[in-house]
Amino acid sequence: MSETLLRVRDLKVHFPVRIGGVFAGRYQMLKAVDGVSFDLKAGETLGIVGESGCGKSTLGRAVLRLLPTTAGHVVWLGADMTELDGAALKARRENMQIVFQDPLASLDPRMTAGNIIAEPLHNYHPELGKAEIAARVSEMMTQVGLQPSMLNRYPHEFSGGQCQRIGIARAMILKPKLIVCDEPVSALDVSIRAQVVNLLMDLQKAFGLSMLFISHDLAVVRHISHRVLVLYLGRMMELSGRESLYRAPRHPYTQALISAVPIPDPDKERAKPKVLLSGDLPSPLTPPSGCVFRTRCRKATEICARVAPAAELIDADHTVWCHHWREESP
Amino acid sequence: MANVLDIRNLNVHFSVRDGDVQAVSDVSLSVAKGECLGIVGESGSGKSQTFMAAMGLLATNGRATGEVNFHGQNVLTLSESARNTLRGNRMTMVFQDPMTSLTPHMRVGAQLTEVLQRHRGLDRTQAHQQAVAMLARVHIPEADRRMAMYPHELSGGLRQRVMIAMALLCGPELLIADEPTTALDVTVQAQILDVIREMKDTLNTAVVLITHDLGVIAGLADHVAVMYAGRIVETGAARDIFMVPKHPYTQSLLACTPRLDEVKRTSLTTIAGQPPNLEHLPTGCAFHPRCPYVMARCRTERPPLIGGKACFLDQLSLAS
Repeated sequence: MSETLLRVRDLKVHFPVRIGGVFAGRYQMLKAVDGVSFDLKAGETLGIVGESGCGKSTLGRAVLRLLPTTAGHVVWLGADMTELDGAALKARRENMQIVFQDPLASLDPRMTAGNIIAEPLHNYHPELGKAEIAARVSEMMTQVGLQPSMLNRYPHEFSGGQCQRIGIARAMILKPKLIVCDEPVSALDVSIRAQVVNLLMDLQKAFGLSMLFISHDLAVVRHISHRVLVLYLGRMMELSGRESLYRAPRHPYTQALISAVPIPDPDKERAKPKVLLSGDLPSPLTPPSGCVFRTRCRKATEICARVAPAAELIDADHTVWCHHWREESP
Repeated sequence: MANVLDIRNLNVHFSVRDGDVQAVSDVSLSVAKGECLGIVGESGSGKSQTFMAAMGLLATNGRATGEVNFHGQNVLTLSESARNTLRGNRMTMVFQDPMTSLTPHMRVGAQLTEVLQRHRGLDRTQAHQQAVAMLARVHIPEADRRMAMYPHELSGGLRQRVMIAMALLCGPELLIADEPTTALDVTVQAQILDVIREMKDTLNTAVVLITHDLGVIAGLADHVAVMYAGRIVETGAARDIFMVPKHPYTQSLLACTPRLDEVKRTSLTTIAGQPPNLEHLPTGCAFHPRCPYVMARCRTERPPLIGGKACFLDQLSLAS
């Protein structure tokens, strides 16, 4: 793995939320993503995990500037995306695409599969002739495992797995360097999920693609990612190479997450030690002071309420944001 | 051990615009007291409709034939009012989406006490006390305060706990949980499964756990039935299903599930093709177009369910 394509530095995405009641009419800031930094190299997959509301989708969208950022930098191929707009932004975006979770809802029901896949070409390369576009579309359809003869069918005529393949073909038609996959397999059946995961990995190999793979499914993330970022309430908890994260998770939150994933083996599943989290996710409008995870953390002490933990380097490829990571679990 | 629920040769048909679709074909299952039966299958396998039929909750265009014996009484032939005295009382169901299964404009407390007042004839104070006790039992913090809340004020995990508490209020003999944790995050899923396990062990409730997630089944089920295209293709003790799957579909399903406890950097095993369309089922064994071991016979003849598997293969060689 070579050059760094994407550099995200201290990225913040805050949304103003109108609050009712006594303070009706006032706005409060919801910090969906708060101070996230990472690098992504060519041909690398960074898995982004966390539970609902942790900001993982917001982060993916902010990287593509599909959402306005509040602060921080997204440096893509040397240019800061947060400072670009108009034609310059559009030109930069040719190299970065997105695949969404709901395969059917993310396709225009009134467009044929062929037109959906060709649309990015029309946008970016109006100079291309009809024959050239048709050739590229049919080549891409073959590549994602769709028969080019299905070109004139509409999305509702395809199954969920096939719709996701159309979505992937649309993302890949411009031969991007980066795709953001936002829960791309969560809506699919188990047998189809494996097909789509394999397809993404094959495409990565064939095109040297970089991926941000956003998912709540830790087993799929382990399979597909090189490195993994764990988010909680918009903050980074742990960022690490895959092996080191899954073998020796350091953050109490990562430990709880991993121990909660059921293993399809009755003996192992019933014997394994579980770290059950108590309570619920706090409201993101009023996150806890200091470390945001402290209200559910079994290691929390007084310092956690006062001071937000800084990044601590465990080794070159493993960073954790926790005051107590060195201490053994109680 | 006496079976709480005994389903015999259940068939479920739906009339649709283009004719008739059979969602469940010749399903026989049973579950005993204090036991958990896991039902695994992908979308359209008939896993939910089997138990919607058992509860008498089929959509209006659905018809069920066969027998669903609850303590020896065939539920399918009961009148609606007789069924209502069972449902929510002695046999209960928890659904996937806890938001849409609670009434949005009623306080949690009112929804809980209604069950007790109706089925157990308790007065309001008694019902309130029992409801609070049950909320505490499923580990809802500040149970008393939650009684006055509306469903939208609770998180997804709390709502699902309220659903489970409601299902358990009358001390049912049978709890059917249809994808109870699919809409929830993993850490909350672990909490909810823990509650179900505890209830099964302490109250001796028979539990049917319907899910597509083999991991969830592995943690909780004593027996497992694997469904495909409306039929049971394999059934047996949970350990056997996971350790020595006998049907090629079960084997493939296990192989294509990415696991947290082992890493392959190679590609995942896949099941070729698409899940079947119930309106145009393949002839013979419904799995044959996707089966790696397909034989000539499988295309024309349907294998019966014998010795826990519906497959003509004598032995599934695990090496291949």
